[in-house]
Amino acid sequence: MRLFDLSLRHKLPLWGGILIVITALTVAGSNILLTRENLKRNMLTRSEILGHTLTQTLYTAITQDDVWRAYETLDALKRSELRHPGFQIEDFILLDHDNQVFTSTLPEHYPLQIELDAIDPGFLGLRERLAAAGKNVLVHEIGDKLLLAVPVIADNVKLGTLILVHPTDYYLASFTRILKRTAWTTLVVMLILLPINWYWGRRMTAPLSLLADRMGDLGKRPPEPIPRHMHANRDELGRLFAAFDRMSVELEEKERMKREIVKSDRLAALGRLSAGIAHEINNPLGGLLTALDTLKRHASPDPVLTRVLPLLERGLTQIRDVVAALLVEARARSRPLTGQDIDDVHTLLGQEAHKRGVETRWENSVAGEIGLPASLVRQILINLALNAIQAAGEHGRVTIRTHLVEEHLVLDIHNDGQHIPPELMERLFEPFTGQREDGMGLGLWITHQITRQLKGNIVVHSQPGDTRFCITLPLGDENWLADASA
Amino acid sequence: MPGSVFTRHFLIGLLLAWIASAQAFAAPIRLGISPAFLHDRHALLGEWKTYLERQLGQEVAFVLRDSYRDMLELVSQGKLDAAWLCDCPYVTANPALRLIATPVFRGRPYYQAYLIVPARDVATRGMADLKGKVFAYADPYSNAGHLSAVRTIEQLGHAPDRYFRRTFFTWSHRRAIEAVATGMADAATVSSYIWETLDSQASSATTRTRVVARSEEYGFPPLVAGASLTEAGFANLRRVFLDMSRDEEGRGLLRKMNLDGFTPPQPAYYQRSREMLVPTPRP
Repeated sequence: MRLFDLSLRHKLPLWGGILIVITALTVAGSNILLTRENLKRNMLTRSEILGHTLTQTLYTAITQDDVWRAYETLDALKRSELRHPGFQIEDFILLDHDNQVFTSTLPEHYPLQIELDAIDPGFLGLRERLAAAGKNVLVHEIGDKLLLAVPVIADNVKLGTLILVHPTDYYLASFTRILKRTAWTTLVVMLILLPINWYWGRRMTAPLSLLADRMGDLGKRPPEPIPRHMHANRDELGRLFAAFDRMSVELEEKERMKREIVKSDRLAALGRLSAGIAHEINNPLGGLLTALDTLKRHASPDPVLTRVLPLLERGLTQIRDVVAALLVEARARSRPLTGQDIDDVHTLLGQEAHKRGVETRWENSVAGEIGLPASLVRQILINLALNAIQAAGEHGRVTIRTHLVEEHLVLDIHNDGQHIPPELMERLFEPFTGQREDGMGLGLWITHQITRQLKGNIVVHSQPGDTRFCITLPLGDENWLADASA
Repeated sequence: MPGSVFTRHFLIGLLLAWIASAQAFAAPIRLGISPAFLHDRHALLGEWKTYLERQLGQEVAFVLRDSYRDMLELVSQGKLDAAWLCDCPYVTANPALRLIATPVFRGRPYYQAYLIVPARDVATRGMADLKGKVFAYADPYSNAGHLSAVRTIEQLGHAPDRYFRRTFFTWSHRRAIEAVATGMADAATVSSYIWETLDSQASSATTRTRVVARSEEYGFPPLVAGASLTEAGFANLRRVFLDMSRDEEGRGLLRKMNLDGFTPPQPAYYQRSREMLVPTPRP
């Protein structure tokens, strides 16, 4: 796996950490460089100021040839310099007008009245440089020493030169101290920032990686919603999550609708097929039944016939019943539904419910005539209520509500018994799929066909202990009346 | 009562004013201290001052000067009543100055000039080896710190002005010792009294020097009185100095001064000093 393929969960804290380290090191580094330059300059400036101050008092010593006073002044200063932690000046050399040593704080190295050139090979070029510098301050480096030469001037006449001898690394002690402090500070800053960065990076990327996981799952299984606590803010991430939630809801809806369409297409195809078959059977069946009737009435008595005819009659009647069931005919002549019809069904099923030990509750708010065919609605109600009573079982409870909502009749049948298994749910309204031993499994088929023909819809929810059929039928579609009268 | 408090304060004020005026009238005796003594030992000077004031019954004011010449000026101008000066002839043979007392050092009223070099210099055996070197003098008027060296060079047959590469004055024996110890000077002649006293104090400066040669004895720098000191004052001062070794406190002070006591000066003590004034004839 390449480094850039790493999860954001690692990559973000890692990049952040690298950035923090780089930033800290850069800031510290530039700071250190700047400090070093400043330190070098400031310390030299300090030396220069000291030199200028000293020359104010030293010039009388030179003019009055007071070697010892000059020595004492410089020696006292050297001692105090030595005590100072930022010690930088090693020695002082005071040169007279002829650039000979007038006095020095290290007489062993810089003996009195010695030519500058004779001191040390390193001092060879100094005389020329001093002459060139005139009355200006001169910085001269000799081996491991850095000399700062300050002219001793009185009344605009150069009387001599005060040389402040520093080690070339005069700034090093102070610099090391600052360096150590900076290193510690940088380390502490990094120790504080890195864990914060790590935590923040993790926090930032956790929702993202969850989102990525969920996106990856799309199409494989229904997407789970992203927990709210993951990201409650309304920033880009929050919007992304909201969009994802919306999208997953829409996808689910679309998927559900697709299934619904497939289901209703199948049911429609089945309806057409069964209607076609029923019609095809009905025609010869009518002839057969007529023939049978003729035979029963006019044929001479024959023991075989007497035995076979009832068989034939029962068989043909059953075929007729099945076909009639399959061919749900909404156009049958019917009168409009009244509240009394619903109460009749209540009365009709009361016995059955009582027999099965099911407690039923009827809530009917429909009164008077409404624009729906009474027989078909009764059929639906009987089918669903019977199913519910059977499903509820002993001590079960069935609630049946019928009411009008905004120009719709709503039939709401609920039971707390056995629920419909999911695999059956898919083919619930197809014929011959009933789960009961008795019956042909045409009840729901018929219900569905009627509802479809009345342009209503069925919603089914079923989970253990809670199964609900909710049928909504629009009022005012007078087609069935017109058809009935035609 | 407020009235009595005011009265008391007024009386105390009067008393203080009287004391102040009395002290002003009884002017202190002004005593100059030169580098012939360790005039920078202020603690010792303080003790000595207290002692002298008690013995004299008079206030004493020490006046410190580095230069013998300055000190001599002050005495001759009457700004000092007495002074501890050098043994140079300008002092010991000056009719205007009365010798009060001569200190006794190691049992004798004499001291020597030590020729010293840095301790690391083990080669130098005497002045003859110091040609072209840097030499530290104490004071132009000092016998031990200047004249003795000049005369020695003259005796060697050289001109003192050109004998050394560089000479300078440090204006005290102690500083001359330090100059040699630090290496500023390659050599110096200093008072044996000062060198020995510092050495007895385990001074780091003397341990870094080596005594190469000791001169003959010179009379110890005396205490002298100027014209401004009355006869009674002179007698009083001499009595106190000479009696110092007689009481315990005086002896304690003398021990700290590294002296045995004071003795009445004799002109003979300073005979050799007087001879020093005369330059050695060039061979």
